[in-house]
Amino acid sequence: MGARLRWRKFVSNFMLTLTGICAVVSVAVLFFILGYLLFNGGTSINWDFFTKLPKPVGETGGGMANAIVGSAKLLAAASLFGVPIGFFGGIYLAEFSGSKTAGVVRYAADLLNGVPSIVIGIFAFSIVVRPFKTFSTLAGAFALGLMMIPITLRSTEEFLNAVPKMLREGAMALGASKWKTIATVIVPAAYRGILTAILLALARVAGEAAPLLFTAFGNRYWSQGWNQPTAALPEMIYRYAGSPYEDWHRQAWAAGLVLLGFILIINILARTILARGISMPRS
Amino acid sequence: MQASPNQGISVNVAASAASGTRESIGTMPLRMKISKVNFYYGTKQILFDISMGVADKRVTALIGPSGCGKSTLLRTLNRMHETVTSSRLEGEILLDQQNILAQDVTALRRRVGMVFQRPNPFPKSIFENVAYGPRINGMKGAISELVEKSLRHAALWEEVKDHLHKSAYELSGGQQQRLCIARALAVEPEVLLLDEPCSALDPISTAKIEELLVELKSLTTIAIVTHNMQQAARVSDFTAFLLTGQMIEFNPTPQLFTTPGDPRTEAYITGRFG
Amino acid sequence: MQGAGPISGSRSFLSKLREGDEIARLITFIFAASVVLITISLVYELWIGSALPRHKFGLHFFVSQDWDPVMDQYGALPFIYGTLVTSAVALLLAIPLGIGASIFLAELAPPRISDTLQFFIDLLAAVPSVIYGLLGIFIIVPLIRNVIYPALNKPFGFLPIFKGPSYGVGFLTAGIVLAIMVIPYIISVSREVLLSVPRDQREAALALGSTRWESTWKVVVPFAKTGIMGSIFLALARALGETMAVTMVVGNSPKIAASLFAPGYSIAAVIANDFTEATGELQTQAYIELGLVLFLLTFILNGLARILIIVTTQKGSKVSN
Repeated sequence: MGARLRWRKFVSNFMLTLTGICAVVSVAVLFFILGYLLFNGGTSINWDFFTKLPKPVGETGGGMANAIVGSAKLLAAASLFGVPIGFFGGIYLAEFSGSKTAGVVRYAADLLNGVPSIVIGIFAFSIVVRPFKTFSTLAGAFALGLMMIPITLRSTEEFLNAVPKMLREGAMALGASKWKTIATVIVPAAYRGILTAILLALARVAGEAAPLLFTAFGNRYWSQGWNQPTAALPEMIYRYAGSPYEDWHRQAWAAGLVLLGFILIINILARTILARGISMPRS
Repeated sequence: MQASPNQGISVNVAASAASGTRESIGTMPLRMKISKVNFYYGTKQILFDISMGVADKRVTALIGPSGCGKSTLLRTLNRMHETVTSSRLEGEILLDQQNILAQDVTALRRRVGMVFQRPNPFPKSIFENVAYGPRINGMKGAISELVEKSLRHAALWEEVKDHLHKSAYELSGGQQQRLCIARALAVEPEVLLLDEPCSALDPISTAKIEELLVELKSLTTIAIVTHNMQQAARVSDFTAFLLTGQMIEFNPTPQLFTTPGDPRTEAYITGRFG
Repeated sequence: MQGAGPISGSRSFLSKLREGDEIARLITFIFAASVVLITISLVYELWIGSALPRHKFGLHFFVSQDWDPVMDQYGALPFIYGTLVTSAVALLLAIPLGIGASIFLAELAPPRISDTLQFFIDLLAAVPSVIYGLLGIFIIVPLIRNVIYPALNKPFGFLPIFKGPSYGVGFLTAGIVLAIMVIPYIISVSREVLLSVPRDQREAALALGSTRWESTWKVVVPFAKTGIMGSIFLALARALGETMAVTMVVGNSPKIAASLFAPGYSIAAVIANDFTEATGELQTQAYIELGLVLFLLTFILNGLARILIIVTTQKGSKVSN
């Protein structure tokens, strides 16, 4: 083997090993993050964290019960707002629309999807906070709901379109009207994919803090109803991590662990549902 | 197969199971010799006990119905089968009496080149496509001359000489395939393998390439897989007929087509199947 | 739609059906239209909501360094600078790592391993910004202060980009955190694009006597070049709009500085920190104008990225004619 060939082979092995290292490093970051959170957050999680309100500034102890409830309220309301728009909009795209309208709607959804979350916050501020003259759960839910729309819309359309023709034709041949076919046959056939998309959308907005800064704003106490500012987990992490208090740092780790745990579990759940396949008819 | 006193080995197809008497063709030097090759993808066996030779500076054709294993066999000759991880090869393949399976594969593939079924030029200019091979082998100086020489050998020079820096994708299908031939020739291979090179082309381009092959054999040994029997009859000096992974007959082309030694060969070439 | 008799009866039955469908069409159309409406009103609100500073400062907004709420002077250059620098650092770090990893996943790793690793990369993309910020504050900041700064400043401190002092936060810190955040995007898209390169491109290269690296780097990657560019644009779009992680580690200092170790600011970060404190209409609208700028930047980048990616994945199926 000539010297030049030996060199080329050496370069080849070297570079390919390097790419392997890049891949391993990239994936290792995930486990590093998890490990760090588990270590720092795990030791700080206690019953208080889930049940107590934050203590006054400077005092140690307390918990994030209000933030947990706040996040739950925000996510629930956001879903109620964003999911139907995305879901029914997706049905329109897949079942009723012409290609021109569909193109416009899809483009709008993609555009909305690319908007930085802080800008969504500005928009929600203008539309909800200003008129009502108060920060509120409603405003926060509006912002988060907006972010759920594009994913839900595109996925609903995609999974509905993937339903095999023969299912549709079978139902139509039995005399079912279009909307009945959609409701009783097509949507159920696509439900797995759509559910997955909704879960992923939920996981995505659960971690967002930027859109909440000018909408839900934060609250060191319980938030009553829907028209008052409220704490949320990501927002608390932000505030506590940037503070000078050791105890708050500890609580930020705990909150980070809970938040990331929640998000990762949903992601894994969603992807496993999807991997197990979209429900197909048994012929 | 008998070894003969000089370098060449006589081509004698007595190994073929169902055949009757075979005469040796005389002492025809072989560039490559395939002995008792069995090939598997995973547990599925594709080639069964293949033995044949590829005659030096001649065209050898592999024919047979779809799925008979002719492309698979061709691809073993430059070890391209190794790109599929589940593949397994048993037996011996010699290039100039050296087992290619024991050599460095990168060096081997410079010596045994390949042209594929569908033209696959790189997303580069015409010039850079042909220059690719020489460049990676370290050639720096006389690349332009080599590119011109290869394009002339591929009967493409006149058509592209003023457009060498245009993208290869602007050429027609037939031109792209000739470009691929030029590209393969640029590394000056000892053997050139062609895997159904005309199947994606129109009749005129096909005819051009067939003419080309007859001229190229003085330059390099050629092995070609084709599903077009007339092409094999026109172009090749030796033909091997494969059926379901077995070598049924291997003989000089005129002989195989006029007086086939095996009833299955006859059935195939008279169009009774395949 | 009234009428007796079988034919008119069936017509009314049919039209009842059709009405049901019509209602369904209408309802779903309203939902779909609302998406378009929302998007239009978002752009509208950003535009109208920034009218004051746009008219007052015009293009001066983009070139002035003077962001002074007290004097009601608004020049966004420090934020634009910070956004660009942190994104540039992020890309410089993320591109080699990301493309390297995607090459491994697409060309070398067996499908099962490639899919598993990709699964983890997708999970990485799901980690929220605040958590990256958390890790940035408690891991990367000390790392910069105790390890990277001494290592770079001692020998190279004469270079403007490595000048001290360092408080741990700054452009470099934010750039590193951003790099970690955008790597998954580069990997996912590049991997897909590389996988769509037709097999026979690689085979042609190998058949000419290329080593595996040569066939990958000189043939497959160039073939996928446009799509990989697309992934980089996507990553850039993400980096530009990133708020929480950046604001937690960038130092929040509205100054332009040459040193990577200096504290800085970004457009998203200043909006996050100061928007709710804004007094007066002009100041509030100045932040909205910043939001408009951010929106336009990401809009253009995302649009370009999409075009590039589509072009490449289509090229793969078109080439062999």
